[in-house]
Amino acid sequence: MEYRLKTPIQEEAVRRLRAGDIAYLSGTLITARDEAHKKALEMHARGEKPPVNFEGNGVFHCGPIVKRVDGDWRVVAAGPTTSSRMEIFEDRFIEAFRPSLIIGKGGMGERTMRACSEYGCVYGAFTGGAALLGAQGIRRVKEVHWLEELGMPECLWVFEVEDFGPLIITIDTHGRNLTREAMDRVAAKKEAIISSLGG
Amino acid sequence: MGGLDKVLEDTAVELLRRAASELRREYVEALYKAMEKCEGSIGRAQLDAILRNIELARKSSEPICQDTGIIGFIVRVGEEFPVRASLRDILVRATRRATEEIPLRPNAVDLFKGNTGDNVGLGVPIINLELVEGDELELTAFPKGGGSSNVAAHSMITPGLGLKGVKRFVIESVARAGSLGCPPYFIGVGIGGTEDHCMLLAKKALLKPFQVRNPDPNIAALEEELLQRVNELGIGVMGLGEGPTALDLHVEAAARHPATMPVGVIMSCWALRHATAKVTREGRVHLL
Ligand code: SF4
Repeated sequence: MEYRLKTPIQEEAVRRLRAGDIAYLSGTLITARDEAHKKALEMHARGEKPPVNFEGNGVFHCGPIVKRVDGDWRVVAAGPTTSSRMEIFEDRFIEAFRPSLIIGKGGMGERTMRACSEYGCVYGAFTGGAALLGAQGIRRVKEVHWLEELGMPECLWVFEVEDFGPLIITIDTHGRNLTREAMDRVAAKKEAIISSLGG
Repeated sequence: MGGLDKVLEDTAVELLRRAASELRREYVEALYKAMEKCEGSIGRAQLDAILRNIELARKSSEPICQDTGIIGFIVRVGEEFPVRASLRDILVRATRRATEEIPLRPNAVDLFKGNTGDNVGLGVPIINLELVEGDELELTAFPKGGGSSNVAAHSMITPGLGLKGVKRFVIESVARAGSLGCPPYFIGVGIGGTEDHCMLLAKKALLKPFQVRNPDPNIAALEEELLQRVNELGIGVMGLGEGPTALDLHVEAAARHPATMPVGVIMSCWALRHATAKVTREGRVHLL
C-alpha cells in the first residue's frame, strides 16, 4: 500500500501502516543524529525540554549539507545516515518525545522495535545516498537549533517537507522488522555458502 | 612554478566536484540494468530513487550524497614533474575551496576539538603518493563516506587455512556489512603484503576498471567466484533482500610473509565516487 502521511500523524494512522508499505511525508521533519539524541535525552533527564517538539512528527537520522543563501537556509543534500548508531538511544527517545516516524537507513534493532509497538511509531527506510531527492522534498528550513554547539551535520534542523520519500516502512507497530528478516535470511545463506567453499 | 601550483589546485577542486556529483557512466548503466532485472517492488522503488538522485546530481553539479566523505587523494608523480614539496599545501587549499564552493559537508573531526569545519585536519586530506616515471602528474580524488567505511574488515588469517580461509572471511565480512553501508556494494579485497598494506590494496582495488578482471588468471577466477558468492547472500538494495548485493569485486594481491595471510575487505556504497586527471609539466590538464 502507498500512504501520504501528514504531521502531526495520528496514532491510529501509524498503527495502520504495515511493513512493506511505501509512505510519503508532509509536514514537520526534524534531523537528529548521535549527538542530538544524546543531548535531548540528557535535557529530558534533567527535566528540561529540548527546543523542538517531536511529538507526532518525523525524526530524520540525517546530517545534511545546508547553505546560507541571502539570509535563508537552502538544503543542498539531505539523505539518511546509518540508523543503527542511534539504536542505543532510540527506545528512550521514542518514549520521552513520542515521534510518529523515524527515518533513516539500514534499519534498527529490537529495542527500537519494541518502543515502536508500545508507543505507536514506525521506521521508514529512505534510500541511502539519495540526498538530492531528499532535498527536493524539503520545502524550507523552519528552524535550526544547536548549530553552533554541534555543527552542521549533528544539529537539529527543523524542516517543512512535502511528499518526502519514498519511505519503505520496515518496522511497523505489529512486530515486523523487514531488515532483520532479510538479514536472518542472509545469515542462513552465509552458512550454506561457507560450507560449500572449495580451497 | 606559481602557474602550475594554481593549475593543480584548480584541477583538484574540479576533481572533488566531479567525484562528489557525477557517478561514472558504467556504474549508472549497471544500476539501470539492475533495475530492469529486479522483480521486487521494494528493490525497484529504491533503485528508482537512486537513479533519479544520480540524475539530479548530474544536472545540478551538487553532491550525490550528503556524506561527501573524508577527502583522499592518490597522487602519482612523475620523477620529472616540477612540483613536489608544495603538493600538500596545494591539496589542502583545494580541499578548503571545494568544501566552500561545491559545497562539501565538513567531515574532518579533530579528536579533541570536534569538527574542524573545512574538511582539513591532522593528516587530512589523506594523500597517497607514488613516484612514477615520466614528467606528468596523475591525480585521483577519492572521497570515502562514513557509512560504508564503518563496515570495512581486516583479518590476519591463519596461513594454513589458505585461500579457503580468505574466501570465508570475505563472505563473512560482506554478510556482516549487510544493510549498513548502502548496498549494492562495490567490493575491494586486498590479500597479502602486511597488516596495513592489505587494506591499501583493498582500497585501491575499488578503483579498478568496472567489471574488468585481473590480468592474472588465478586472481581473475577468485574475483569471479567471490562476486558470484557474495551475490548469493541476497543482501539486496539497502539490505532489504531485493536486487543485487554487489555490482563488482576486485582483488589486489601482494606476496606475504610465510607466517601471515593478511586480508582486507573494503566496501563502497553504490555511490563509488572518484575522479582522475593527468597534468603535464606545461600545465595541460586531461580529465580521465
Ligand atoms: S554509505 Fe555512501 S551512499 Fe550511503 S550515506 Fe554513506 S556515502 Fe552516502
